[in-house]
Amino acid sequence: MKIDRGVGIVGYGAYIPMNRLRASEVKRVWGGSGTPIEEKSVVAMDEDTITIAVECARYAVKRAGIDPQEIGAVYVGTESKPYAVKPSGTVVAEAIGATPNVLAADYEFACKAGTEAFQTCIGLVSSGMMKYAMAIGADTAQGRPGDALEYTASCGGAAYIFGKKPARTLAEIEGSCSYVTDTPDFWRREHEMYPRHGNRFTGEPAYFKHVIGAAKELMGELGTEAGDYKYAVFHQPNVKFPIKAARTLGFSMDAIKPGLIVPFVGNTYSGSTPLGLAATLDIADPGDRILAVSYGSGAGSDAFSLTVQDAITNDRRLEPAVSRFVDRKRYIDYSVYSKLRGKIVK
Amino acid sequence: MSVPRYWRETKYRYRLIGQMCAQCGSVMFPRSGVCSPCGSVDLEEVKLAETGHVVTWTVVRNPPAGYMEYAPYLVALVELDDGVRVLSQLVDIEPIKMKTGMRVEAAFRRVKVDGNSGIIEYGYKFRPLIE
Amino acid sequence: MRPVAVAGVGLTKVSEHWEKGLKDLFTEAAYKAFEDAGTKEIDALYVANMGAPILQDQMHLGAMLADALGMRGVPALSVGAASASGGVAFHEGVKAVASGFADCVLVGGVEKMSDGLPEDVLSILAMAEDQEYTAYTGVTNTGLNALIHRNYMETYGATAEEIAMFAVRGHEHAVGSKHSQYPFKVAIDRVLSSPMEADPIHMLECAAVGDGAAALILMPAEQAPEGVEVAATSVATGPYYLAGRKDILTFDAVKTAAERAYKTAGVTPEEVDLVEVHDETTIAGVVSLEDLGFVEKGKGAAFVADGCTLRGGEVPTNTFGGLKARGHPLGATGLYQVGEVALQLQGRAGPCQVEGARVGLAESLGGLGSTCAVTILRRG
Repeated sequence: MKIDRGVGIVGYGAYIPMNRLRASEVKRVWGGSGTPIEEKSVVAMDEDTITIAVECARYAVKRAGIDPQEIGAVYVGTESKPYAVKPSGTVVAEAIGATPNVLAADYEFACKAGTEAFQTCIGLVSSGMMKYAMAIGADTAQGRPGDALEYTASCGGAAYIFGKKPARTLAEIEGSCSYVTDTPDFWRREHEMYPRHGNRFTGEPAYFKHVIGAAKELMGELGTEAGDYKYAVFHQPNVKFPIKAARTLGFSMDAIKPGLIVPFVGNTYSGSTPLGLAATLDIADPGDRILAVSYGSGAGSDAFSLTVQDAITNDRRLEPAVSRFVDRKRYIDYSVYSKLRGKIVK
Repeated sequence: MSVPRYWRETKYRYRLIGQMCAQCGSVMFPRSGVCSPCGSVDLEEVKLAETGHVVTWTVVRNPPAGYMEYAPYLVALVELDDGVRVLSQLVDIEPIKMKTGMRVEAAFRRVKVDGNSGIIEYGYKFRPLIE
Repeated sequence: MRPVAVAGVGLTKVSEHWEKGLKDLFTEAAYKAFEDAGTKEIDALYVANMGAPILQDQMHLGAMLADALGMRGVPALSVGAASASGGVAFHEGVKAVASGFADCVLVGGVEKMSDGLPEDVLSILAMAEDQEYTAYTGVTNTGLNALIHRNYMETYGATAEEIAMFAVRGHEHAVGSKHSQYPFKVAIDRVLSSPMEADPIHMLECAAVGDGAAALILMPAEQAPEGVEVAATSVATGPYYLAGRKDILTFDAVKTAAERAYKTAGVTPEEVDLVEVHDETTIAGVVSLEDLGFVEKGKGAAFVADGCTLRGGEVPTNTFGGLKARGHPLGATGLYQVGEVALQLQGRAGPCQVEGARVGLAESLGGLGSTCAVTILRRG
């Protein structure tokens, strides 16, 4: 899906709750050997996907410096909607002052719900239907107590506002590509609190096949190769997967390091790739090219090729960088975590 | 919990919108039918500053019904940078680190939740400034 | 307007009256007052209450309690001004007699707080404040007091101990009082080592939960030679929101109500022999003393610590223990205060007696000082 109309990111914002649960805490309680990450972010009692979405949406609007009334769409991609029925997007749109002439909906595609919304927004602004469109990937993901996912399932999100030239873009998008098959590697049924997954089946036939598939397709279409990109971001459910995907595709550790926040934040699900991209934009220079590839179980990947624009240098420091949120932390133990995540029977 | 009561206030609470008197310029929060300093009814909505400082604060240890799960929590009188004062919970800080005068900013949080099936009420709280 | 007198006083002990309901308590207090006044021929009934609609699911207290007293036919209504309900109901009763609309009025306050769970009682107390922008934050009544308490210490350099002495003094005064909830001494160390309720306010600096009823009979002064003259009653409102106040250490409503009352009664604070103030917390008591004009702003805590509010001191304060030690049955509290002032002026205060008291003042607060009722009684 090549884009030839000068569509880009005019603003972005990140938010990560400040509570951290060390993976060693999970291991202390449930046993096991080794830990997949250092620590993960956990919401406070009064935070949820909607509050995270609003926080990053506000930062995105401020960074873009636009009138929120000109935002024509607000999409929230998540697998942890506070309401089963009632859109999260309406709350976000109201909170940033984008109502009432605005499209609003929630997207679901496991961990790629946010980037799926990117593509919708790109289409909406490039067609001229609206000036700006906002896509948010945010989650407050839960893992079953003692399950491998409990070490990593975390909370956070990032919001992106898309616009078309002559709007001042921080990064221009050259193309996007999705790679989707019916692959049941991870799912959660209605009324269930925790997801189930296929253990090692989530690897080769799921994550790697789709991430590498989408990346190769996009680079093939654009005629680019790994060497053309200064940075790359891959969905980060743990530390191993994105590094292995990068190596397979020919990217160096230096290319993925700025966006690799999973060791200290965990897997923010729909927020994962958007947050990784935001952390990369925080340090990128004009002219740098970035490849970003999400992954959603079920399964599919969305790949994006971006080139950073001149506007970024002054704009990106106006609002807190992702690193500010990574560093802003307060450790909690497993008992407080259990209270915060509703694991205590009252 | 009354859904219309929550809904009626969403805009003001979500975006910290107060009222400015067109006659004397006084800014009020929450909105009111009449300007209390001058008595004028010529009032217009105004967006309040989202940053300010803590004038005084407390820790609520025994909360009223509906707030039990959040306890203990901080409540502060915050003076915004435009001079308007707002009463609010303070989040993302421990009582032991609290200091009168500290800089804070508006955050968007859950305020009240009506059980497992009812409405979730969102609104402003304040937190230490993230720079 | 004709002069009005308090002709009868009836107070139940403030306590957890598990076996008594609203009607039982109210009737008990009313009949004590009837007996005291030597008449039960009332022609109006004013009921002061705050929590019955929530705690007992009960509204329409006027008709209910008139019926309970066996007085069907009298006009009756309940008066609501949060925890100032008693003081405001008294003001209304006085107006009825002074104007000639009524010749004998029963003003009675009743509260049954022990029927509710602790969190429900906290919710009711918070209902005195705006639900959408004050109570909505989850702040409690004590929490609001705590905001003032901290600011007071930081502004005036008052110590936690000086302010906490207000509770110690109250308990000291309550010793020997028959109707007080906690008629025993409490040492300052115990107050300051009690758990934090809302920092920096300790649990033993707050009025506790109690049930009680207080009833007063009002008549034209000329028909009640043994009564106590109502020299002034005054009710004022102030800024409703704490956040809307330029100076949070002053209760404007108290200043306004006090000014009016002093003017009407023709007395100055120096001429007041004893005072009952609304110490829902220690700091509320301190700020009240200042705003009533008994001590300079910022010096109230030291005033209390120095012993000036003791029975033999400059301004004997809360002579039966105040809200802290006598107890604070919300809607009834303001009437306990006025009844206590009447007992003092009549020389019937027993071990709590302030010798030679001629002029006494009662101050009742609703919300965080957004309503204030001030009553001045005088004898001889």
